[in-house]
Amino acid sequence: MATIIVDNKSYTVDEQQNVLAACLGHGLNVPYFCWHPAMGSVGACRQCAVKQFKDDRDQSGRLVMSCMTPATNGTRISIDDPEAKAFRASVIEWLMVNHPHDCPVCDEGGECHLQDMTVMTRHVYRRYRYQKRTHRNQALGPFIRHEMNRCIQCYRCVRYYRDYAGGRDLNVFGSHDAVYFGREQDGTLENEFSGNLVEVCPTGVFTDKTFFHHYTRKWDLQAAQSICPHCSLGCNTTAGERSGTLRRITNRFNSQVNGYFLCDRGRFGYEYVNSPHRIKRAVVRPDCDRTKPGQPEEVPQAIEIAADRLRRARGVVGLGSPRASLEANVALRSLVDPQHFYQGVDEQERQLLSTILKIFQTGPVPSASIHDAEQSDAVFVLGADLLNEAPRLALALLQSIRQEPMEQVDELKIPRWDEAAVRNAVQNRRGPLFLAGYQRTWFHEYATDTYFAAPDDIARLGFAVAGSIGQGTPSVPDLSPEVKDLTQRIAEALTHAQRPLIIAGTKSGSQATIEAAANVAWALHQQGKQPRLSFVLPECNSAGLALLGGGRLNDAFDAIRQGKADTVIVLENDLYRRAEAANVDAFLETAQTVVVIDSVEHRTTAHADVLLPSATGPESDGTFVNQEGRAQRFYQVFVPDGDVKESWRWLSELGRATSQEGGSESGVAAWRNFDDAVSATATAAPALARIGEVAPSASFRLVGQKVPRQSERYSGRTSLISHLTMHEPPPPVDHDSPLGFTMEGYRGPLPSPLISQFWAPGWNSIQAVNTYQDEVGGPLRDEMPGVRLIEPVATKASGWFTTIPRAFQPTAHQWLLLPLSAVFGSDELSNRSPAIAERIGKPFLSLHPSDGARLTLEDHSTVDLVLQGTTYRLVVHLDPSTPVGTAGLSLVPEVSGVSMPAWVDLLKAIQTEHKRRAA
Amino acid sequence: MERPLTQHIHPDGTTRTLREYVKTGGYRCLQRLSSGLAPKDLQRLVTDAGLRGRGGGGFLTGTKWSFVPMGADAPKPKYIVANGDEMEPGTFKDRVLMEGDPHGLVEGMILAGYAIDAEVGYIFLRGEYHLSAQRLTEAIAEAYAAGYLGTPLPGTGFRFDLHLHASAGRYICGEETALINALEGKRAVPRAKPPFPQTVGLWGKPTVVQNVETLYNIPHIVNQGSDWYHRLSRTQDGGTKIYGISGRVANPGWWELPLGTTAREVLEQHAGGMADGVCFRGLLPGGISTAFMTEEHLDLPLDFSSIPPEIGRLGTATMIVLDDHTCPVGFVLNLEKFFARESCGWCTPCREGLPWVAKLLMSFEEGRATSEDLSLLKMHTKWLAPGHTFCGLAPGAMAPLQSALKYFHDDFERHISTRGCPWSKKSSQQKVLV
Repeated sequence: MATIIVDNKSYTVDEQQNVLAACLGHGLNVPYFCWHPAMGSVGACRQCAVKQFKDDRDQSGRLVMSCMTPATNGTRISIDDPEAKAFRASVIEWLMVNHPHDCPVCDEGGECHLQDMTVMTRHVYRRYRYQKRTHRNQALGPFIRHEMNRCIQCYRCVRYYRDYAGGRDLNVFGSHDAVYFGREQDGTLENEFSGNLVEVCPTGVFTDKTFFHHYTRKWDLQAAQSICPHCSLGCNTTAGERSGTLRRITNRFNSQVNGYFLCDRGRFGYEYVNSPHRIKRAVVRPDCDRTKPGQPEEVPQAIEIAADRLRRARGVVGLGSPRASLEANVALRSLVDPQHFYQGVDEQERQLLSTILKIFQTGPVPSASIHDAEQSDAVFVLGADLLNEAPRLALALLQSIRQEPMEQVDELKIPRWDEAAVRNAVQNRRGPLFLAGYQRTWFHEYATDTYFAAPDDIARLGFAVAGSIGQGTPSVPDLSPEVKDLTQRIAEALTHAQRPLIIAGTKSGSQATIEAAANVAWALHQQGKQPRLSFVLPECNSAGLALLGGGRLNDAFDAIRQGKADTVIVLENDLYRRAEAANVDAFLETAQTVVVIDSVEHRTTAHADVLLPSATGPESDGTFVNQEGRAQRFYQVFVPDGDVKESWRWLSELGRATSQEGGSESGVAAWRNFDDAVSATATAAPALARIGEVAPSASFRLVGQKVPRQSERYSGRTSLISHLTMHEPPPPVDHDSPLGFTMEGYRGPLPSPLISQFWAPGWNSIQAVNTYQDEVGGPLRDEMPGVRLIEPVATKASGWFTTIPRAFQPTAHQWLLLPLSAVFGSDELSNRSPAIAERIGKPFLSLHPSDGARLTLEDHSTVDLVLQGTTYRLVVHLDPSTPVGTAGLSLVPEVSGVSMPAWVDLLKAIQTEHKRRAA
Repeated sequence: MERPLTQHIHPDGTTRTLREYVKTGGYRCLQRLSSGLAPKDLQRLVTDAGLRGRGGGGFLTGTKWSFVPMGADAPKPKYIVANGDEMEPGTFKDRVLMEGDPHGLVEGMILAGYAIDAEVGYIFLRGEYHLSAQRLTEAIAEAYAAGYLGTPLPGTGFRFDLHLHASAGRYICGEETALINALEGKRAVPRAKPPFPQTVGLWGKPTVVQNVETLYNIPHIVNQGSDWYHRLSRTQDGGTKIYGISGRVANPGWWELPLGTTAREVLEQHAGGMADGVCFRGLLPGGISTAFMTEEHLDLPLDFSSIPPEIGRLGTATMIVLDDHTCPVGFVLNLEKFFARESCGWCTPCREGLPWVAKLLMSFEEGRATSEDLSLLKMHTKWLAPGHTFCGLAPGAMAPLQSALKYFHDDFERHISTRGCPWSKKSSQQKVLV
């Protein structure tokens, strides 16, 4: 630590920081633009000028940029120096020369860093009296609006988009006072992390287009803490609502998880909440007649009808869901009894998840948070397509490849925050990143080495790497010389690293890649390294559901088929995504009664005899467990309209309705509020015992007050419904959380799970996060970043996985059909957002060009593929990265529910136009 | 009077071939390297000679070299870059050398490369210097064929490769770190220092960027020694300097003269005084990013240490003369328009301040200026100072403005009071009193 003197007061700071970060960390207001806590300093905007003095005798000093000045011991500066203040005001005056005075109609207004900085420097009077320069704006696709006239040329956008996020199609053009930030020509921003531009831009050049479609001011949003439900990483978000519409998602800083950034699926996927296909009313099929469509029913009647069916049932099976909260799953498990609770996922997925849990619970290597991944200095990915399955993790790895070169930067005595200097010194040198997979993406350009192969071969590579690192690890026979070479390179890079990270996933369906990943990590651990392991899971609460446990989906099917049960309760789950359509049809049709609780219409809800409208994430409280085993709480943002209720609440009501008259209520029937749900969840499985520690309980109060969801400036409370009534209705009462649906309540330091909107006096933009951290860029003050439910207890691996698959052999007629995830298209909920839907590609079949030739298929030709009884129209992609003998099938809405991997005779299954015509 | 740099240049404008160059002693000093002159010795020799950078900065070449990491542990490769992006308005000294005697640059670069153990050199050439490009290309090819480039120097193991790169053309490329970015194929935006290019330069490797004229001096220092070199000069800075004059003088041109020659000598003895009918008002001593010097400064020795900082600096020593038939405000406006256009757009004060300055000066010329505009101009000269802006471009742009406001203040005032430019065509019939 160092001591610096700011305006004659001493402050203890981290000498690794720059003066700007050090000042902000102490709550001193220094205005800035081009600096960003995650992107370091470049010294471009000159806004953070302060006066630096050589020593206590130096009275004149000189202006320096605080972001470019190291906070070394004894540094003496003044923020309040009149000359420094005047210069900073001048910088704003220059920036305002061309900035339009359109704040009243600008989407950024009210949360604009430029506004905040202008007020902070007290520039008021305009002296520039010439014309402003103007620019033409670009159409940048469904996510981002572009208004270049507002640009203050801080260069953050291109630094973020290109340097941080690996994007290529946004750049800076031109020079002098006409520099232009945009694309070469109009067109959709390609990068999967483009949405962060909205927060990175200090003013309104890049704004959220989805928000624009139903815009409201930031201060008019009712907001609460959310957890992104669109993949397994569990990024923390803030969801904002007004007048019953979810308006937008912004990043919510969590130092261990998402830090400052989200992916576009997470940011723009929220509109499923507003979907016209939402289920808002309880629906009952009259007279148990399956030929008749369901009719809306009053809630008490619907509950009574469902309860009546449940009471008379010969047996009930409950199907849980990896996208429903832990509490909802526990509620169902309690209602139907644990032995009748089934994980609503296919058997392959269930097995993979149980293997992963076992690896973490019995092995010596801990799981990696996203933050850990960023800090890793060598990474080996086996089979997972991170960019499409867990995008934020791919973004983290783009930072991890900077770790190893940073050691050289340290030797050159360049501070790590000196971003431009670091990049100049590092140039194109990258730390080790090995990607083994079966679909090439742009992310592979950043890899040290890539290996495109079938999952079995990827697993063999993994086992071989483990074999050459560890002692006693099984060896892999019959490796080609190239793979042996690659094995050596990977093993060397991993053993040279301090913090190696091994990643695998479940999507390819390969148990062997998961076991191989574990072997590699354990072998590294055996060699005294501190490795981490990360598994990409299918859905937002896959880990939670796995920890809770439950029966196999096929056993549930069997129970109905064999008549052991005749009633089904499906919780937030479209079974057609889980199993072959014929099996699901048979299951749902055989069951006497199908009760479905869900928020959006899908093929399963169409079979419901009783359909109960469940709340989406932003309409409910709950806990998700992410892929590292971190339990995180999300809170209800707003009270939904219609009959919508949290799933656990429906199940609790069903529990009460089915309880014996006069008998004592037990289990879910006794739940009255969310705290009851959490308590019950904590006892549902040993691994869930600490669920209560994730966030403060509903009874939590600060100075006797709840925490308001609305800002102090929330407007229109008395007028929002004045067309209906002159009386201001009392705000809804929240029995489930320490939050209130009001403007009134405690405002002050909060436990981090209760911070919905970052705000501090003078800091209305997202940059206010600085004021919540002791050290800028570090954890939030008293951060509660969720609870990691699984930490290793073993000190060494108890044994190696030894089932090494045989090398993949292409066959003459059969192709191994492999699933290809798509960042836009493979997630059930986000697909329903119009902006995401616009980005979903056409379904395609990917083949190696040699296989294309064998099948006489041309690139971009259209074929009909008959799979598991369904015909899919697909575009052919001939892609050299597709392993010979395999075929990749893109997971977009049109092809959900295909069980993969599967062997398919493409010669028979494919119908080209030629064949179709002949037929 | 010795003119080591230019004495052999053909007066007819044709170039000198390798044969001619060798005949007059060219590449001879490479033998000294072969016979045991170590890089450290070469560095000391140049340090002793007091060679200072001729690009305008006047930084001691030996000192610049001394920051380069040397020895077996030093990063490899290292680079030497010739800054031939001579875009300073009014400056044409490097062009004279490169067109007239291209091998001098090749030899200078080999020596500079040897001094810092750099195995690769780049000549970053102004894009418009087509003739220089052609002649340098030929010279480089000749030097390769003769084994001066691309083959190890006998007895040293030192092998030097040299590439010519023609700039895509921006003034900022003359700033050494922007030049490095441009050479890397990036936007020509300056880099913050530290780290200095000597440690983190081209492609992250130790790099020395030197002005073309500076490099031409090195072979002569090696051949004739530091004492001889000091004797060339009239002041403590060693060597000769190419001085030039443009503007309404009788005989504009360039002359290689001892460093420390006064402006009066150059103007009156070499340029033949002012052209008929015009009087001297001031001059920019070395390119447009230097401050005006007026009559009272004409006897100052023009070198890197005799001009007091409050008056200005030498710059490139190619002067532009302001006469009494030219409006000083219009003159400065012309300069500031150039600077505003050539700002790279990276830092705020330069990007936004310079166009504002240009527009303010335009108001003076158009008769719409107020006294507040005068204070706005002064504000810019105060804020666009070294350290406040990212690089030297904007402070350079303020040098002529600030000095014009000092020496020609009345002319600025007159633009306000008469609501127009007293020199403009409309008023050109009237006699302008200076």
